[in-house]
Amino acid sequence: MIELRNLSRHYGATRVLDGVSLTLEPGRFTALLGPSGCGKSTLLRLVAGLDRPSTGQILFDGRDVAQESPSERNVAMVFQAYALYPHLTVAQNIALPLAMRRLGRLGRSPLGALSPAVRRTRATLARDVRAVAELLEIVPLLARKPAQLSGGQQQRVALARALVRDPSVFLLDEPLSNLDARLRIQMRAELVALHRRTGHTFLYVTHDQAEAMAMAERIAVMLDGRIAQVGSPRALYERPATCDVAGFIGAHPINLIPGPPEGGLPPALASGQPAPERPLVVGLRPEHLTPAADGPVQGRLDRVAFQGDVQVLGLRLEADGTPLRATAPPDWPAPDAGSAVRLGYRPEHLHLFDAAHGTRIANPGEESSCA
Amino acid sequence: MRAPRLLSFALLLIGAAVVLLPFYWMVSLSFKAPDEIFTPTLDLWPNALRWQNYAAALSRTNLLLYLWNGTVVCAGILVFQLLFAVPCAYALAQRRFRGRTLVFGLILAGLLVPFHVTAIPLFLGLARFGLIDTYAALIVPFIASVFGMFLFRQAFAVMPAALFDAARVDGLSEFQIVWRIAFPLALPAATAFGIFSVVAHWNDLFWPLIATTSPDLATPPRGILYFRDRESGDDVGPLMAAAVLVVAPMVVGFLMAQRAFIRGIAAGGLKG
Ligand SMILES: Nc1ncnc2c1ncn2[C@@H]1O[C@H](COP(=O)(O)OP(=O)(O)OP(=O)(O)O)[C@@H](O)[C@H]1O
Ligand SMILES: [Mg+2]
Repeated sequence: MIELRNLSRHYGATRVLDGVSLTLEPGRFTALLGPSGCGKSTLLRLVAGLDRPSTGQILFDGRDVAQESPSERNVAMVFQAYALYPHLTVAQNIALPLAMRRLGRLGRSPLGALSPAVRRTRATLARDVRAVAELLEIVPLLARKPAQLSGGQQQRVALARALVRDPSVFLLDEPLSNLDARLRIQMRAELVALHRRTGHTFLYVTHDQAEAMAMAERIAVMLDGRIAQVGSPRALYERPATCDVAGFIGAHPINLIPGPPEGGLPPALASGQPAPERPLVVGLRPEHLTPAADGPVQGRLDRVAFQGDVQVLGLRLEADGTPLRATAPPDWPAPDAGSAVRLGYRPEHLHLFDAAHGTRIANPGEESSCA
Repeated sequence: MRAPRLLSFALLLIGAAVVLLPFYWMVSLSFKAPDEIFTPTLDLWPNALRWQNYAAALSRTNLLLYLWNGTVVCAGILVFQLLFAVPCAYALAQRRFRGRTLVFGLILAGLLVPFHVTAIPLFLGLARFGLIDTYAALIVPFIASVFGMFLFRQAFAVMPAALFDAARVDGLSEFQIVWRIAFPLALPAATAFGIFSVVAHWNDLFWPLIATTSPDLATPPRGILYFRDRESGDDVGPLMAAAVLVVAPMVVGFLMAQRAFIRGIAAGGLKG
């Protein structure tokens, strides 16, 4: 188990991480999700031991690792740009971390071949390299140099170099960001399968919410150097803790509509359900706002984007012209732009946020517990 | 389009001829008999390939010893220069520490100081340690090369930091990173540096003249000097043969390392 307690890191006056606390449970796949520049890589480097926190503690199984190097912490890491050693072959790249661990100075030198013990260790090492290469299907590439590989192949080699060991935690820094869309989807599934097969603890950094939702058991959403919410993909989607998290999660950006200053729901949305009498921001996901002949929301259609499985509608509220996004089934007969459209939603899909702080207010329809 | 090309080609040829002519003349003379050398006409080509001059050069003086001395001194200097310059350059390029910019500034300033300025303090220092007229006197003053530190720093500075982070995660110590990752990747720069260093010290006459007096420690340029002064002042043929023998290792070495050398110069941002 890895515990991060109140970690901060600043460079000069800029505060990159600000009181981050997070627990990684053993064997779990945790995603660290956040927009570019929010401090994800910085946090990963702290966990790896490549950088020291300004304040705060990192505990591996209860022991403070402040003074331990990356290899003493026994972390494995896949870097954003793979960072393969260009002058070594794929096989040597994968073998290096094992060689550093299992062979002494003599064993790594050419003279080592003279000692039977070293020869035995080298043989098991070669076997381990081959096993992980088979797992990732890169056996035919073992003799090549990294420059002779495609991006996807380099990524597999980088994974192999991390997987060949038996580390305390896997740290992956946007490993799929350099791949094309199709390969990315395929690698997602393979990484999840890999996690299941190895049973190791994964901390997976990404800025892509779809990737985090598809892969992770738990997601920690990071915004501006703080952890905004930790929870299962479903919990983040259904009960976002703040406006910002709600805005970040979901394939279609959520509608955030301010209510009237004296409190209650915006009149253009309301269909008579009760609401707290204080200033609110109401969140309603486009996938929950759909055309309905007798719906309470009256809008005027701006444009329709057909996406195959769904049509995304851009509208304005009839009452005050607030822009809204909605969705319709692919077979919905879209009227011309400028037509009036009535839309409906289910009351339990409304997310209510405090207008001043952006924090979630329990919807009267849901029990107040948050996961 | 064609005319300017032809012109520049012709200019290059003329330039090459001007540079190469003295070398050619040296080689040509080294094969000529004495009566062939001093003729009123200019014969670019020897009548026949005669090896007597080479035999004379090798037998009359201790030329082989001088070549050996040159090899020991140049190898010693290069090994120690790399040993110090490479880790230093790595620290300057890839480690954060207080005073880093100051140290780098000092190194840049050091590039501007001609060696001759430091010769007398160095001589006095070596004399105090009783090292004058030893191999050490020829090697020690050059083991810290600011040029090497600069060249390697430039090479290391453009390498991605993630590469070294990956090596740390893989369990390499900082020194292992220097020699197993950074140095092999800087091999073109290392070749360029090696050639600069070896050529400079192989051909150096100034410092060996100051630091050594014993003939047994003479490096090739000083050896040639002996050669001419002592016995064969007028015997141009053997002198030229000796000069060819002294220059040959450099030329062969350069031709072998040429490709890496030019890449290294380009990588270091230097114009050759
Ligand atoms: N060495 C440094 N000195 C100063 N600022 C830094 C340094 N390293 C990172 N930062 C700043 O810290 C912030 C977070 O950087 P970080 O690399 O952690 O972002 P990230 O979340 O990984 O982004 P991305 O998704 O683009 O990789 C950025 O604003 C960056 O400018
Ligand atoms: Mg990053």
